[in-house]
Amino acid sequence: MSSRRIFARPARFAAIVPYVWMVLFFLVPFGFVLKISLSQTAIAQPPYEPVFDLMAGWEVLKAAFAALSIDNFKLLASDDIYVFAYVRSLTVAVTATALLLVIGYPIAYGMARLPKRWQAVAMVLVIVPFWTSFLIRIYAWINILQHDGLLNQILLALHLVSQPVVWLSTDSAMYIGIVYSYLPFMILPLYATLAKMEPMLEEAAGDLGAPPWQVFWLVTFPLSLPGVGAGVLLCFIPIVGEFVIPDLLAGSNSLMIGQTLWLEFFTNKDWPVASAAAIVLLVVLLVPLLLYERLQKRQLEQGR
Amino acid sequence: MRKVSRLSHFNIASLALGLAFLYLPILILVIYSFNASRLVTVWGGWSLRWYHEFFNDRAMIEAAWMSLRVAVSSATIATLLGTLAAVALSRGERFRGRTLFSGMLYAPLVMPEVITGLSLLLLFVALNAERGFWTVTIAHTTLTMCFVAVVVQSRLGSLDRSLEEAAMDLGCNPVRAFVAVTLPLIAPAIVAGWMLAFTLSLDDLVIASFTTGPGSATLPIRIYSEVRLGVKPEINAICTLVIALIAVVIVIASLASKLSSSQGESAAPL
Repeated sequence: MSSRRIFARPARFAAIVPYVWMVLFFLVPFGFVLKISLSQTAIAQPPYEPVFDLMAGWEVLKAAFAALSIDNFKLLASDDIYVFAYVRSLTVAVTATALLLVIGYPIAYGMARLPKRWQAVAMVLVIVPFWTSFLIRIYAWINILQHDGLLNQILLALHLVSQPVVWLSTDSAMYIGIVYSYLPFMILPLYATLAKMEPMLEEAAGDLGAPPWQVFWLVTFPLSLPGVGAGVLLCFIPIVGEFVIPDLLAGSNSLMIGQTLWLEFFTNKDWPVASAAAIVLLVVLLVPLLLYERLQKRQLEQGR
Repeated sequence: MRKVSRLSHFNIASLALGLAFLYLPILILVIYSFNASRLVTVWGGWSLRWYHEFFNDRAMIEAAWMSLRVAVSSATIATLLGTLAAVALSRGERFRGRTLFSGMLYAPLVMPEVITGLSLLLLFVALNAERGFWTVTIAHTTLTMCFVAVVVQSRLGSLDRSLEEAAMDLGCNPVRAFVAVTLPLIAPAIVAGWMLAFTLSLDDLVIASFTTGPGSATLPIRIYSEVRLGVKPEINAICTLVIALIAVVIVIASLASKLSSSQGESAAPL
């Protein structure tokens, strides 16, 4: 115990550099987003009116605070485009997360039931796509889903359809892309809890006469809830702010919030509105983010 | 203990379908990169034509070089910082600001990239920093050090701490005990962390788009602008090369983790 405490002191010193780094490059930038979201749009470079200059003295500071405006937030709340974008982002994220859970669960369950040696292999096989580029994986699907792509060729050859189906620029293409990209994030936490589960519990329920679906629903599923929670959060939070997948696979008639933010920033050069959109997105995600942090901390700090 | 095969047909089917779903699209992409035909969907025989095209594409090569430099530098800095952070969190017991620290480290793992990218850009603009190689490197370091920290921290958590304690009881000071005992044990996790940081950086489009300046596009930025215009066989070739590079990295990382588990078994059964 005492040597533990002695070890702890230099270990704490190790925190200093990464701490300063994260404050400077993660925390402080949010201050700038907040500040710029409260300033007026200007046609200049950079395209916003500076709100305040901390060096300029109290009088200037007071005047600057008086000039803070919530116009950008009012705009977000009143303009249908933004309201729809937030609603759409949340709907897409909920739908996609549900799909991921339904598709990922059987795969994780299958993995957990493999013999131990094969489990390691299966885990590597699930992790590998996560290492391959996100963009490349989406691009691979564009290859398959385009008008004369492989999917349509197969469907036509099997006479399932008489004309090529339009896949690209549809919601189905977007959902395929999201499920494809996020599947490892759902499978791995599910597998981690399912693999730790005591198989005798399921056997006992079976021996006591429960049919398989009841064993699953009353024993397996409730016990896997921590994994379900982790998987759901790990997928839901980034999907809400997703940009690349809807941009490349979905149609452009209804945008998600990540896309409107991108558009405001890069096309309209309206940095204040983009910042306000980021702040609102952050507020929407605050609760899931806090939940995720608690989960992550518990998992890492209690040791497994 | 009786050993029953609990694997049902349903389990096997869902596993097989799941893995096919994960791998077929990538496999198709790789095969079509060797297609001689200009039409992406018509098979015109095997050819290296599009690889040739890529190696003669000045702008693409420059972007690839930029991406590689950013990935190597940011992964290296991130591995240093992330390892320090992991040591502080798993060995530092309680210290002031710990909750904030761990919060800042775990949030970027799931934070939508548009938010991270935008906020970093606003910082760089406020600091009047010239945007290019260094701003992208800093941005990628900030993101990837969190992944390194998690990988190393989970390894540290599974280590038997009595090894460090024994070293100190035998007269090592804490720093020496760490360097002589802990560091060799977590080295494979550190290697794996570097590889992960490297591939994440190589992969990133959104954060790089926000934080880079004119004239210094990374490979994903260039690929993205090409892909928006439609499928081009040259892109298939580039993607295949990136996949090959990442495959090499994965092989090294998995060798490192194999080393890690065979070393670790004596210390701590996972």
